Amino acid sequence: MNANAVALNLAPLLAVRSVGKSFRKPDGDELVVLDNVNLTLRPGEIVGLLGRSGSGKSTLLRLIAGLDAPTSGVVDYQGAPVAGPARGIAMVFQSFALFPWLTVLENVQLGLEAIRLPEAEMRKRSLQAIDLIGLDGFESAYPRELSGGMRQRVGFARALVVHPSILLMDEPFSALDVLTAETLRSDFLDLWGEGQLPIRSVLLVTHNIEEAVQMCDRLLIFSTHPGRVVSEIPIDLSQPRSTLDPRFRALVERVYVEMTAKPRGEARVGPKNERFAGTGIGTTLIHVSSNLLQGLIEAVHAPPYNGKADLPVIAEDLHMELDDLFRVAEALQMLRFAEVEGGDIRLTEAGGAFARSESDDRKHLFARHLLTYVPLAAHIRRVLDERSSHTAPKSRFSDELEDYMAEDAAEQTLRTIISWGRYAEVFAYDDQRQVFSLENPA
Amino acid sequence: MRFELPISVLKNRYVPGRWDVIAFVLVFAFFAYLGDAAHGLTGSLAHLEAQPISLDPRYLPGYAAQTALRMLVAMGASLLFTFTYATLAAKSRRAASVLVPLLDILQSVPILGFSITIVFFLSLTPGRVAGAELAAIFLVFTSQAWNMAFSFYYSLRSIPDELNEAARAFHLGPWMRFWRLEVPFAMPALIWNMMMSMSGGWFFVVAAEAISVGHTTVTLPGVGSYIARAIQERSLTAIGWAIAAMFVVILIYDQILFRPLTASADWFRQEQEAGLMPSRSWALTMMRRSRLLSLGLRIFGSVIRLGFNRGSVRKVRAPRAGGSAMSTHLVEVAWYAAVGGIVALAAWRLGRFVLDHIPLVEVGHVVGLGFLTLLRVAVLIALASMLWVPIGVYIGMRPRLTRTIQPIAQFLAAFPVNLLFPIVVSAIVLLKLDPNIWLSPLMVLGTQWYILFNVIVGASSLSADLRYAGANLGVRGWLWWRRIALPAVFPFYMTGAITASGGSWNASIVAEVADWGNKHLTAAGLGAYIANATSAGDFPRTVLGIAVMALFVVVLNRLFWRPLYARAERKFRVS
Repeated sequence: MNANAVALNLAPLLAVRSVGKSFRKPDGDELVVLDNVNLTLRPGEIVGLLGRSGSGKSTLLRLIAGLDAPTSGVVDYQGAPVAGPARGIAMVFQSFALFPWLTVLENVQLGLEAIRLPEAEMRKRSLQAIDLIGLDGFESAYPRELSGGMRQRVGFARALVVHPSILLMDEPFSALDVLTAETLRSDFLDLWGEGQLPIRSVLLVTHNIEEAVQMCDRLLIFSTHPGRVVSEIPIDLSQPRSTLDPRFRALVERVYVEMTAKPRGEARVGPKNERFAGTGIGTTLIHVSSNLLQGLIEAVHAPPYNGKADLPVIAEDLHMELDDLFRVAEALQMLRFAEVEGGDIRLTEAGGAFARSESDDRKHLFARHLLTYVPLAAHIRRVLDERSSHTAPKSRFSDELEDYMAEDAAEQTLRTIISWGRYAEVFAYDDQRQVFSLENPA
Repeated sequence: MRFELPISVLKNRYVPGRWDVIAFVLVFAFFAYLGDAAHGLTGSLAHLEAQPISLDPRYLPGYAAQTALRMLVAMGASLLFTFTYATLAAKSRRAASVLVPLLDILQSVPILGFSITIVFFLSLTPGRVAGAELAAIFLVFTSQAWNMAFSFYYSLRSIPDELNEAARAFHLGPWMRFWRLEVPFAMPALIWNMMMSMSGGWFFVVAAEAISVGHTTVTLPGVGSYIARAIQERSLTAIGWAIAAMFVVILIYDQILFRPLTASADWFRQEQEAGLMPSRSWALTMMRRSRLLSLGLRIFGSVIRLGFNRGSVRKVRAPRAGGSAMSTHLVEVAWYAAVGGIVALAAWRLGRFVLDHIPLVEVGHVVGLGFLTLLRVAVLIALASMLWVPIGVYIGMRPRLTRTIQPIAQFLAAFPVNLLFPIVVSAIVLLKLDPNIWLSPLMVLGTQWYILFNVIVGASSLSADLRYAGANLGVRGWLWWRRIALPAVFPFYMTGAITASGGSWNASIVAEVADWGNKHLTAAGLGAYIANATSAGDFPRTVLGIAVMALFVVVLNRLFWRPLYARAERKFRVS
């Protein structure tokens, strides 16, 4: 059943209006996680929320379920604002979130116990859900006795048994191996298509583009820092969809392009939130090991790519999750070893030179780019050069960074710069004493 | 970081059974022998010419320092014991067959039961303070050493094969292997056990400074003696001063020893787990940054390193031929025969020692007293649980509150509550309350924190997703407690309850008898029986009492706590 056509004529089941969420940092500044998010969910559709990890998608799901309250804006469910855990909105978790001390049956029954259903009715409905989701015979098993796929089936049964009208799915397949995820996805789509599920619509959060294109009627692309919906892509292929269908491939390609689009010059929130690569020492650096950086440069440089690769293709080739690949590609872009645009990654001249050189020359090249394009590295090096002792405690820099970002982001940024700095041999770091220095341990 | 289960209840890797009996008999025969031998010596022992303890608070810092020093020496001795005893047990299967059960029994013995050895220590240096100091330090040592040795033994046994193979492949000698592989590997667990030991140690260092065994009285200058004097004089002011002094001492210890130790334990961890407590310590930072201290460490390091190239690497032995297997067999037989002989002798000696002096009926009576104390412990642990489990869950679910409360609970667990006893006792005397009931709470005063502490850790380890799942399903109220909160903290609660119950047995010896001036309060129970027999210098009865208490503890651990814990672990632990 492709419910798209029907859906358009119906009033929205759920409406998220101008929702924002921010957290207060210890120094009093605000960290904006979600900014002015708008979306609607109509009966009969599966909507995908596609974005990088850390873009606040999971936070948004929690706001919709009423597990947390938005800082601004409102979530309307069936015409009334959501306040507190919403009845009728059920959730499936990436981590499954099964209670390890309850059996499969007890886990499934928990939501019915909460609404004080009579024992017999409760049992009947639970067994039905277990039956529907393919868990027959596992009623008395404990979650730890089950494989990941079976655990997530329990997660689905537990969510469905309360007969919700909306199912929120938070990366439900990403903790599973490829084969299991595929099976579970198609089982779910079959049940949905046959109208066997009590739910009226689904909101699926994912960072897997193929999964999103395969399952959803509509995709919303989510940006990072702060999270917001930047574009919408309707998927009007009929189910079941074949991943080999050229139209399917074209859609996947289009999503890639949307997701790697250069950030538009939109107004940003907060004067200090510099988040574009290489614009200041306040840039949050995502941790990517120098091995991965070298690995991707070499892979793109080598045939068949010869310096330019299609991201979906090379992701598959390297067996990398899209999200991980993006991280590496972005770090390379920051260091000006590559450019990412339109779903492609292309090595720069320096990137090509890097790929062709030997270990020591690579280090020199890397050091030069690190000091030129990553202001934090240059800053640390300058401080060390200026001090007569040529040492500086880590706290000297973490305090400084925490003016720009949250504590854990500062920690991650320093960890990254330490790892890159060590590889480039532009400074040394002693973890026990937590001190940067210019000493060469050799 | 989470509390670890007291070693006594962990599933041991040796087969329990006859060796337990053997160790049990050996330990008590040794006591009986020591007590008996020392008994004859008391006559010739000159009384300690200790200066009278002054209640003037000006002397308190000095007293407190001496108490703290005793504690430190005892900790050093415990470490030395740990490194030798546990290493021996881990390296030799034959030694382990005696040493491990022995250790298991030793740690079930109520610590103050070791006070009968005081007379022995005094006899080592007649008329001199050294003997008394040794005795006090030995008492503290007995409260610290066993669990540390156990933890080290288990760590040595659980070194992964590939690390052992790597050590062999790089030709590490035994000395180098010890410092480069075994000690660092065992460190996190050992540090944790040292902290537990320290908490126990404070309790007993205070108790050990002023102790009477028969006609022998030890009164060493220290906070413990100060308190004893204050009780004689019925001075609540002096008791207040002593509490304040101890508070400061523990705070200092906490800052310069506990905190750096816990923070440094992170270095040795095999894998990085998200620490619950922020492992920050100014003292550790100071040690890392200070040149002088790092020089000291470097010197220590080079002394250790001197021995690195000594000692040969054990060769991999080829399977032996039949002839030598035969001789190995003979050695085995000889070894077990020797052990058996000693045990038989000791059993006979112990039986005679006790039964010569005590009618069989009294043995039954003592077991009855044991059940009385058991009842007290059970009721008090139940009461403490009802109070602290909900509070612990409430705190643990709120990370910010947890960070504030956690160090406080840790500190409270280390505070020697026997300092507070006089206040309670004076109240009982004043209000003419029944000591059988009102002395009992003293037993859990110090140990209840373990329950709180563990429940907090358990509640805070419930993942955010599980909490969200509960909320999403609309689970609230009693259903929430029944289905989510209580099961989540249960294994952690068990650990706390086991520790608390063990500690309460130990504390019963101090808690079931109490003095206030010339008022003497006694609650009927095994603790009081031991305490009275000890102060009367009645060795056979002391030995009997201790033996029965140790038996209670061992049997409870084996038949109740261990299976229950194993069940909790199986059912509730998140894999």
